[in-house]
This record gives sequence, C-alpha cells and structure tokens, in this order.
Amino acid sequence: MELWQNILEALDSILSNKVRSGLTVLGIVIGVGAVIAMLAIGTGAQETITGSISDIGTNLLFVMRGSVSEELRNPKPLTLGDAQAIDDPFAAPSVVGVAPMIQGTIKVGYAGESSFTQGLGVTVDYPAVRNVDLLEGEFISDVHMLGRSAVAILGPDVAEVLFGRVEGVVGETIRIEGQPFRVIGVKMPKGGAGFQNPDDQVLIPMTTAQTRLLRRSRDAVDVILVQALSAESVASANEEIAAILRVRHQTPIGEDDFTIFTQEDFLETARGITNVLTIFLGGIAGISLLVGGIGIMNIMLVSVTERTREIGLRKAVGARKRDIMLQFLTESALLSLVGGLIGIMLGWGLSELVGAIAAASDANLYPTISLDAVLLATLFSTAVGLFFGLYPAKRAADLEPVEALRYE
Amino acid sequence: MSEWVIEAEDLIKIYLMGEVEVHALRGVSLRIAPGEVISIMGPSGSGKSTLMNIIGCLDRPTDGTYHLNGQETSDLSDDQLAEIRNRMVGFVFQTFNLLGRQTALANVELPMRYAGVTNGRRKRAIEALKAVGLGDRIRHRPNELSGGEQQRVAIARALVNNPAIILADEPTGNLDSKSGEEVMNILLGLNEKYETTLVFVTHDPEIAAITQRVIMLKDGRVEG
Repeated sequence: MELWQNILEALDSILSNKVRSGLTVLGIVIGVGAVIAMLAIGTGAQETITGSISDIGTNLLFVMRGSVSEELRNPKPLTLGDAQAIDDPFAAPSVVGVAPMIQGTIKVGYAGESSFTQGLGVTVDYPAVRNVDLLEGEFISDVHMLGRSAVAILGPDVAEVLFGRVEGVVGETIRIEGQPFRVIGVKMPKGGAGFQNPDDQVLIPMTTAQTRLLRRSRDAVDVILVQALSAESVASANEEIAAILRVRHQTPIGEDDFTIFTQEDFLETARGITNVLTIFLGGIAGISLLVGGIGIMNIMLVSVTERTREIGLRKAVGARKRDIMLQFLTESALLSLVGGLIGIMLGWGLSELVGAIAAASDANLYPTISLDAVLLATLFSTAVGLFFGLYPAKRAADLEPVEALRYE
Repeated sequence: MSEWVIEAEDLIKIYLMGEVEVHALRGVSLRIAPGEVISIMGPSGSGKSTLMNIIGCLDRPTDGTYHLNGQETSDLSDDQLAEIRNRMVGFVFQTFNLLGRQTALANVELPMRYAGVTNGRRKRAIEALKAVGLGDRIRHRPNELSGGEQQRVAIARALVNNPAIILADEPTGNLDSKSGEEVMNILLGLNEKYETTLVFVTHDPEIAAITQRVIMLKDGRVEG
C-alpha cells in the first residue's frame, strides 16, 4: 500500500464528513492557535524587553548602593568620589566611561502646561555611556557643571507635552519645580518602553540637581553607570570596580555595601521571566492538545465502528493488520495535521490582531511568528493525531474479518 | 500442486455463544477440482456460511485440515491468511460490499493495492471491468450504478488478482432476475475462459441447477 494512496483516501474520508471533521479538530485548532499566538506575542515581548535593555547602552555595568543578598547596617552611599576612583585607568583598566547620576521625579512646566517626569542629574560623560543623541541643541558641558547652571535637556515626550513639538524649543525657558531652566537640547527619540522611558526624561547637570532639585547629602549619587571596554571585559570591569569600592568603603570581606549589575544580568532576568512564561503557556497548550487528541480518538473510535463492514471487506480482499492500521493512523494524523494548520492560521490572525491593538494603543509590541513555532505546531499536532489514533487503529486492525463482514 | 483446488478433511467448527457451544460443522470433508462449478446448499443454520468462511480463509476450523491450492492453512497467522485470500480467493457478496466513496476503478484496484502491485495496476483493473462489461463505467461510484452493475464491479474486483477460486455468497440475492441472470452468465463465462473454480453458497435452486455439483449441508454435515 502506498502512502500517497492512503493519504488521498484519508482526505476523501475526512472531507466526506466536513462538519464532523471540523468539530473534531476544533480542539486541536484552538490549542495550536493559542500556542502560536502566545509564542508570537511572547517572542515579541521578549524582543521589546531585551531591545529596551540593549538600547540603554553597550557593555554597561550599574553600580548601586546596598546589597540585595544581605542586610547591612548603614551602607555607605555611593559618591562622586567613588565615580572618579572607578574612572582611574590604572586601577580599572577595563573601564572606558563612568557616568554617575541621581534621579527623582520632578514637576516641569511651561506656559501653564505642566507634568511630572523623571529628572536625571548627570555629568558630561553621560551621553557617551548611555548612547544619547540629540535631536537639536547641545549637551551639558563642564561649564554648566561648574556653574551649576539652570539648563535642561528634554526627552522628546516631555518637549511634546510642554511645547506640542519636539524641535525649535532650544532657548525656551521652562520651570522645573518652580525654578526657571533654559532648554539647551532635545534628545533623539528612542521609542519609549519599559519602566524607565528614555523619551520621558529631563537631564540636568548633576551639580545643579544636587543643590537645587534632588537634594542629596554631600556628594552622594544614586547610580554609577560604568561602560566596559568590550563585552569580554565586562567581568573584569566588575572585579575592578568591586575592588576599588571595597577599599574606599572599608567594608569587611564578603559584606559589600554596594551591588553591581551588568546589562547581561538584566537580560538574563528578562529571559528568565519570558522563559517561565513560555513554559507556562506550553503547559496550557499541552492540555488543550491533549483534550483535542482525546476528541480525535473519540471520533476515530466511532469511525471504526461505523466502518466495520468496510474493514471486513478490506480484510477479505487481502488487507493485513498493518494495512488497516496504517489507513486509520493516516486518517487521524491527517485530521490532526489539518487542525494544526488551521490553528496556525488562527494563531497568525490572533497575533496580527494583538499587534494591531498594540500599535493602536502605542504599545511597543510586535508579535513575531517564528518558523520554529510553526514547525513545532505542525509536528506536534501530527504526533497528537498519531498517538491518539493508535488505539482506534489497533481496534480496527484487530477486527475478525468474519465478524466485521457480518456487522450490521 | 495438488490435483484438488480445495481439499477439506473432517472440518469441525465450534463457536462459543456465551456459555453455549455451537457445533457449526461436525466433520465436513469435501474435494473440489480446479475448474469445477459447485454450489453449497442447505437451510439456515446448516453451517454453510461457516464452511464458506473456512473455504475462503476468513476463518480457521476448530479441528480438521484444509488445503487451498495445496497449501495447508490451519496453522497460518492472520496476516498470512490475508495474503492467501488476496492471491487465491475472490469474494462476491450478496450485498456487493463496494467502497461507497470510491470509483468502480478504485474498488477493483483495491486487491492489487494490498498485493503491492503497482505496475500496470490501472490497466489490469480496466481490463477486469471490461471483462464484466463495464468498460464505460469505470469512473462511476457505486451509488451511480444499478445493483447488477455494482455486483459486476464486485466480480471484477474478485477476479482481478487471478484467484484460484471465486466464492459467491448468494450473488443474485439482491438482484432482479434479469440482472441476476447477467451476473450468473458473467461468472460462468469466467469459469469457461479462465477455468476459475466457482463455489456458490445459495438457497436458490435455479443456481444449484446450473452448477455441475451440489453439496447439501444439514446440521453441520454433508448430506448424501
């Protein structure tokens, strides 16, 4: 018996009872559709998250105060002095850029418009470390730093809110916490996403921020951003920074009062979360495929009973057990495969829909259907059909020809 | 090669119907020579269906030996029996038993598919259909054919693998007398042309009258 002939016959049998076949594969359709859509959305979300983490800069390390693993009394704050020490090329040869910063929520206003946004007090090294480009104007300079100048760089979203435009705002004076600040530049839009939307920020000189807006004791800073020489030197930069800070903070061994995250740590955390999500969705998909498979088994059992005489006839003219087995397995596998293919289309439609809704609501989510997911769904639905078709097919193959021919 | 196409020795068949043993055959012996045309008759419950099933290798005897074309069959597996049926036996049933969704051609091709014939399969099927006078009906499905035509398709299917015997179980039972006569003529014509052994299982005395020999069964034994 050729497989091709079997497939044609199975198709014929499936198509001869369209309503029943359709209802039978509904479970598989919904299961596969859900998997495809979820995977597409999950992949899209992962890309968005990892993309926004990568957008922060390259080969970055984040030095923060305190410890995540241990409770410490009185962790010493990070200071500008710490940042300068890390910037020493002899003590930390793997480091190419250091950008300490302080951050807080501030109220910005212009001509009656006002809104709350994130204010960052930064140094002149910030744009190099964070990959900041300006749409117009210029960045904060040493002169601004020394003079504690009241100048500000606006994120494009902030400019949009205050001025209704993102260009031609340099030279305007806005109010931050009631104090006049001159706009000296506007950041290039990066596509806002995530918890720290880089487009919805105002950058001011750190010295100005410390004294006038986000008051901090002495030279304390919230975060020190450090850029390593290359991806390979991130680990050694981590070691070097830790060594410098241990000496400066005079902490006992094993009781660091600071924490260093690398960009890779964030990426791994994000991937970890999306992986858990994927496993969870996979579980749900597995259950729905199981239910779909049982539906197929049920209908195949009915079909075997209905076609008992046909099976008897086939056996009478010389069909062996494996011929009958193959016939019914082909049918259940094909049924399930068709369900899987419809499910893939359904999933594609769903993820397009979610993408359209996300686009309409300005969310930064682009569902992506990977070839892997499609292949997996195809393979898996066929396997489900084969597995759940096994028992009905065996029943058919084991029928006694005499009994089967006599069956009414 | 035996001189008998069918050689049955002391066939006994006992069924278990629930708790009760049913003795369908109580020692049937018969020999049929190649090219013979015989009919097996008998009232209901006489065991003629059981005998036909054993002759057609659809079933095994409880005891006794059965040789088909010289081949001992009682210790063969299910799949080996399937092969014997495929190569040596053609079945013609009262209810035709065609595959309803398949064309006449596909129905006739079916035994060759199970035999693994690929070369010239279509051609042989068309020839078989021409032999039963349905050369112009090969693309029709059973529901587009009359009862007599359907039975002729079944005959084409039975003869397509050149079997040693054709077993016909009430072949005219569901047909009007004219189609019945046509079907009988075709079967007898095959016997004349190819020397195919014909075994009819029937109630119909008219069929019995045509055949060369009649085996009467009663209560699981051959009478007379």
